[in-house]
Amino acid sequence: MQLHDLVSWFEDSGLADNIRENDLLFPLIESVHVASICLVVGSILVVDLRLLGLASIERSVSRVTSGILPLTWSAFAVAVASGGLMFISNATKYLANGFFVAKLFLLLAAGLNMVIFHAISARDLPRWDDESRLPRAARLAGGLSILLWISVVACGRWVGFTMKIG
Amino acid sequence: MIDAALSEFSKWLAATPLSHAIQTTGWIIPTVQTIHILSVAVVFSSATLVNLRIWRLLQRDAPLPEIARRFLPAIWPVLLVLLITGSLLIIGEPRRSLVNSTFYLKMALLAFAIVLTAGLQRWISSSPNSWDGDRRRQMTGRVAATLSILVWCGIVFAGRWIAYTQAG
Repeated sequence: MQLHDLVSWFEDSGLADNIRENDLLFPLIESVHVASICLVVGSILVVDLRLLGLASIERSVSRVTSGILPLTWSAFAVAVASGGLMFISNATKYLANGFFVAKLFLLLAAGLNMVIFHAISARDLPRWDDESRLPRAARLAGGLSILLWISVVACGRWVGFTMKIG
Repeated sequence: MIDAALSEFSKWLAATPLSHAIQTTGWIIPTVQTIHILSVAVVFSSATLVNLRIWRLLQRDAPLPEIARRFLPAIWPVLLVLLITGSLLIIGEPRRSLVNSTFYLKMALLAFAIVLTAGLQRWISSSPNSWDGDRRRQMTGRVAATLSILVWCGIVFAGRWIAYTQAG
């Protein structure tokens, strides 16, 4: 089965049909999506500012991440679920929208940035966990994360202005 | 009568040069909306992190007054950004909000959220030492925290719903 078939299968499902046709369902899912994205972006900003040495510097990096990231991940799960539901309602049109595709790649980049930071840059975390000024790789990861998430939100908003549904 | 006045005011506002500039420059509205949403992200997340701490779900390793001091002050300057970006959005499309009951619901919820957050901030800082032991305080705090989360969610939902309830 190809990606195209998979997309059509979802798009033709009863669930997708309901989201398309019901006047209340789409705005409701969209609101959940906005609320959860707000929590993802706002909470990850706390971590990014710590990495940049601009906030929470009196706490160690690991204490900041363990206190904040559970909220980030829970909200992210809700954002993916609600985003997925909106996507399947008009999958073909979303995939043809440049801003939507850009948003997916920016999300991927934000994920890669995090994985690289955890897997490589943060290997010697215990050495600088308590420092206020972190190694350059950590500061870079924090700054990149802020820029990527701002771009994700901007692309998301632009999808709404460039998609003509209905 | 109020409806007619608001409609009249919207018409006047839409005819101002600033409104005209916003209407005719395609990227302004999405850009201002993006800044608006990013600001909502900061305010909503700050309030939520404190509310989750009140419920003892996150950051239990630090006392509540410390968490409140860390996150709540950021809300006030960012609210100013929300006021400015929100005003620009209204100036650009006056009828979309000013002749739309969902917008007034959002403003009412916002007023409530501001009072609640300011009250919570004062209440927590007024007695910094007796938070995690006092059961009655904990219960009151949890009611306020739950209310706060619901009201902020309501604001986000109403904000999105403005787009769906605007008059033609």
